[in-house]
Order: sequence, then structure tokens, then C-alpha cells
Amino acid sequence: MSAPTLNSFRTGPDETGHFGMFGGRFVAETLMPLILSLEEAYEAAKVDPSFLKDMADYLAHYVGRPSPLYFAERLTEHCGGAKIYFKRDELNHTGAHKVNNVLGQILLARRMGKTRIIAETGAGQHGVATATLCARFGLQCVVYMGAVDVERQKPNVFRMKMLGAEVIPVQSGSKTLKDAMNEALRDWVTNVENTFYCIGTVAGPHPYPAMVRDFQCVIGREAREQMLEREGRLPNSLVAAIGGGSNAIGLFYPFLDDPGIEIYGVEAAGHGLSSGLHAASLTGGRPGVLHGNRTYLLMNDDGQIQDAHSISAGLDYPGIGPEHAWLHDVGRVNYISATDEEALNAFQLCSRLEGIIPALEPSHAIAKAVEIAPKKPKDHLMVVNLCGRGDKDIFTVAEHLGGME
Amino acid sequence: MSTRIDRRFEAVKQQGRAALVTFVMGGDPDPETSLAIVKALPAAGADLIEIGMPFTDPMADGPAIQAAGLRALQAGQNMRKTLAMVRAFRETDADTPIILMGYYNPIYVYGVDAFLLDAKSAGVDGLIVVDLPPEEDSELCVPALTAGLNFIRLATPTTDEKRLPKVLTNTSGFVYYVSVTGITGSAIADYGKVGAAVARIKGHTHLPVAVGFGVKNADTAEIIARSADGVVVGTALVEAVRASLDASGKATAGTAEAVAAKVRDIASGVRRVAKAAA
Repeated sequence: MSAPTLNSFRTGPDETGHFGMFGGRFVAETLMPLILSLEEAYEAAKVDPSFLKDMADYLAHYVGRPSPLYFAERLTEHCGGAKIYFKRDELNHTGAHKVNNVLGQILLARRMGKTRIIAETGAGQHGVATATLCARFGLQCVVYMGAVDVERQKPNVFRMKMLGAEVIPVQSGSKTLKDAMNEALRDWVTNVENTFYCIGTVAGPHPYPAMVRDFQCVIGREAREQMLEREGRLPNSLVAAIGGGSNAIGLFYPFLDDPGIEIYGVEAAGHGLSSGLHAASLTGGRPGVLHGNRTYLLMNDDGQIQDAHSISAGLDYPGIGPEHAWLHDVGRVNYISATDEEALNAFQLCSRLEGIIPALEPSHAIAKAVEIAPKKPKDHLMVVNLCGRGDKDIFTVAEHLGGME
Repeated sequence: MSTRIDRRFEAVKQQGRAALVTFVMGGDPDPETSLAIVKALPAAGADLIEIGMPFTDPMADGPAIQAAGLRALQAGQNMRKTLAMVRAFRETDADTPIILMGYYNPIYVYGVDAFLLDAKSAGVDGLIVVDLPPEEDSELCVPALTAGLNFIRLATPTTDEKRLPKVLTNTSGFVYYVSVTGITGSAIADYGKVGAAVARIKGHTHLPVAVGFGVKNADTAEIIARSADGVVVGTALVEAVRASLDASGKATAGTAEAVAAKVRDIASGVRRVAKAAA
């Protein structure tokens, strides 16, 4: 890791939507006026006291924030090193951090007078959060989901339908998250007048990466206050899983300018980096342009996008948010990876030691936390983002572990 | 500086008609057949040729062109082969403009400077890159203009009066008006609006305006030709490729002729409209 030398890591993006060389607005002309008007609406909303008051009110009384910062005592004893805390965003309404961002975007869509909401989803958590808030505010909701993911995340498909959303299985390409995003973009190009595209992660064209980050930063702001209250000082390290990277940037961002805090982003290594079957865009990819932004991508020598592989549908994406790409290049965040097997082991460990069944996504973070913690002294304070609960994954895990007996 | 595209639009105008711009996917259904298809286009009535650079994630394309791109990739098409195809076409046709159309990533990965050098020397005249709006002009548009290639921009129904000048700055060759908000292969709901849209764009530029999306046959081509300087057809041609394939998806002896027949049909519609020669 090269030594960080910048005065601040929190000045991006620039006015053209770039984090260093990453980010930007690589979209079809049809969409350009739409993302410019979205940017204008968001810039106005984020400094409007009434918008911020609405956000705070719904976060407290509908989402159930603040989420607890929980001392994982038995996992800490098991590791015998760092004192491990969980930021429990799995306790949010709808069971993951995704709702923090969706709330912000739906309130924004209402301000803009949009009546139809579209979203892409991988694991289904973003789709469920979007369907939930559309139900709450009486908006039409269409969710694009890869046909492969529809199959492996059935409980979430059912939840979205119960909430009144239309779930469209995407049959193109690899039939996973990237294809769902292509299809959502095709919908948006077609339905420009009444439709708001609610992107679920810190990717896509500017202003999405910055806007989604801002909405997710409630995680890190709370964690900061809570740790100061609990321990009287800031944490020494942060660990979060990364697909597109929204839960991770939400935790990391408020701490980026605190020198000395070690930050770890954990990508999905699938069957292992050397197998070629993984979703680790930073470790195994290189810069390219997809879905409206320049970032690290998994692709071949001709610039054709390759399929990602992960047991976790939420991490199964061949790219990563552009701000992570930049934080990787400047060296502020350490990006590491965990395999399917390591995540499955962590899933079981956390369930048995803490009585918390984590989603497969944060299981990747827990897997690396369990590796790092033993090497740290007992006064080292570590925060792991427990960004989702594992109910949706029990069938996938049962299949891999050979049943529930 | 007059380019091959400028000269072709001028020549067609002198003939008192609109130009026919034909899109086919490079390498679809295989490199050899694709070259045969492209070589047959001018005689069938194509005035300008757009060759698609296949990409795995064509976010502005409908099912037909998505499928054409996948067929090409599965048959081993890549950027080098697409450029080689242009070079082979140029050996027998020095006048028909060739425009490469696609998405930015394969160009970015090839390397912008290397791509422009190779494209120019292969005989490419212009580029249409769907996901490079004016906001990203420094990426490829400005270097392409410097290298002597036309950069053809898309204007759409969402491109309003305020934005149109920005879209037209740095545009050269012609303006491609996308007649619907939607993906390729979408139907035009109201052909009556196309004329007004073309007139609006012509109020801002002296460049020819070609209209795409929604041209399926001679009749729809004729309607568009009444108001536009050029008629673009793509989905109907890649559908002709698909329909000519055998059960295993391979080219048949009739594949190139199937596309040529479709082009002849559409060209007849375009040529029914007499325009004032300037």
C-alpha cells in the first residue's frame, strides 16, 4: 500500500463526476438530459432542510435507525485479538443497508414528480427495499432481475411481488446483475418522461455514485458516534464486503480522513482468484467503461465484459463503484478478497457464536475480519459492517453444505 | 476539408434523393459471411455503411441487435477482425463511406490512439459511439477529429433546444437523429413528428440529418426519406441475417443475398421520394 499523501480523501467527485480518472457520464444521449436534471434535483434536495428532515424522520421511524453497534464478544474471544464490533444494518426494515439509499432516492423521485420507479437487483435486497418504499408511497415499481438470480433468491422475488412490484426476469447475457442493469437502462431510455431509475449501488453515471454514497454514509456517521460513546475513541479498523460497494463506502467515507484507521474492502473471490471464476474487479480486473462510468472491470483483451462468479448474488457483478477504484489506486483502502468457501465458513461461525445469521455478502467481510483480528492487540477496535441478514441465503447455504440435518 | 461522408451526401443530394445508411453487425454471423454481406451492400442500394463493433453489454440496443452482437462474438469477432474487414472492403470500394458504430469499452481497451491510427489506415471514415455524450468529448471525439475521422453524434427527442448546440458542437459528417426514446428496433409511434424534429435540428446545423429507428421496409423508409437527408436501417437487416441462418445458427448460401434483398426493398422506398437537388 502506497503512503496516502492527499490532504483529504473526501473531495470527490469533481464537477464532471470524476474520482481521479474514474466515474464520469458514459451514457446514451437520450439519458443525458435525465441525469443532468437528476443531478440538479439532488443538489437542491441535499441542502433543503425539509428534505433532510423527511429523511431523518423516515430513517428513525420507518427504517429503524440508528442501527446498533454491537460488541461481538464471543467472536472476539474466538479470534483472541482485536475487539470486534458489528454495525448491525441487517436490523433495518427490509433486512439490509439497501433501504438507506432507496429512501433517499424515492423521496427525491417524489420531489421530481416521477410516478414510475425502476430498479435492478442481484440478491434481491435492493429490489425488496425499492418495492417496499414504492408500496409506502404508492408508486409503480418495476424490478429487473437476472433469471439466474430469480432462481437462487426466490424468497426475495416473492417478497417483491407481495409488495406490489413487477419483477421482470432478465434472460440476456449471463442473466445476473449486470444484465439486469442493462435491461433497466433500456427501460429508462424508453420511458423517459415518468420514470426514475433507482440504482442500488455506488455505480452508474454521475451523480449516482456520489448520491448513493451520501445516502449510505449514515452508516459510518452513526458508527463514529457510537464508537466514541462506547469506547471514547475512534475504531482502529473497518471491514466491509464489496460488490458495487455501497455498504462499504457508507461505512468508510466518514472515516477516510482519519489517519491511522485501517480500512479493508473485501471482494468476492468466488472459487479463488486463480480459477478465473470470481467477482474481484479490483484484484482481477482493469480499468474500462461500463454502465455509465469508468472503473475496474472483469473483461477480456478485446474489452468484452466477463461474467462474475460468486456464491453471493449481491456480489456477483463484474465492476465496482468508481470511488472504490480511485481509493484503490491512491492506496487509502486495502482491497482484499474472500472465497465462497471462506464466506460459508464465516456464515456458520457467526451464526453459532453470535446467534446472528448474516447474509452471504457480509459473510465475506466476517471471513477476513476473523483472519485479521487475531493479528491485532486486544485494544484494537474493529468495526465489521453486518450489512444484511441471511434469511434469503439459507437455501443456497443448505445446498452447499449438503442439507440442514 | 471534405471527407468521404461529406462527398457522398453531396452526391446523393445532387441525384435529388435521400441517402440510405445501412447498419450490419461486424462478424455476424461469422467473419467471412459478414464481409460478403458488406461487399454486397453498395450494389443493393446502400449509400453509407455502418458496421457494428460487437459488445457484450449493448445498453441501448434491442433484442435483435443484442443477438447479432452475440452471434458475432461467439464466431470469434473482435476489434482487430472488424478493422481487417474494413480493410478488405476498401480493396474493392474506394468511395462508400464506412462508419464504425458501437460502445466505448472495446475502443478504450484497444487504446484510443492505436485504434484511431488503425481505423484511419483501414479506411474507416467515421465513428458513432453510443455511450460517449458531449460531456465526454475529450475521451475519443476530439482525438478522432484530430485524426481526420468524422464523429457522428446522436440527437434524440430528449435533446432540447438548450442542449442541441452542445450536441452539435464537434459533430461532423452528419447528425444521426434517433426518432424515438427507446432502444434499437423500437417502433415509431408518430411518423408525423419526425419531420418537425428534423426541421428543428436543421435550424441549428448545415450538416445532413439522417433518421434512424423505426425503418422496417420500403414504406417506412419512404416516409422518413420525405423529411430526412438520410434514412438509417439496422434492425431489419440483422433480422434478415437471423432469418437466413440454418437450425444450428450458421450462415447459409442465401445469407448475404437475404440482406441484399432487404436493402434493395428499402432503397426502392427511399428512391420513390424526389427531393430538390441543390
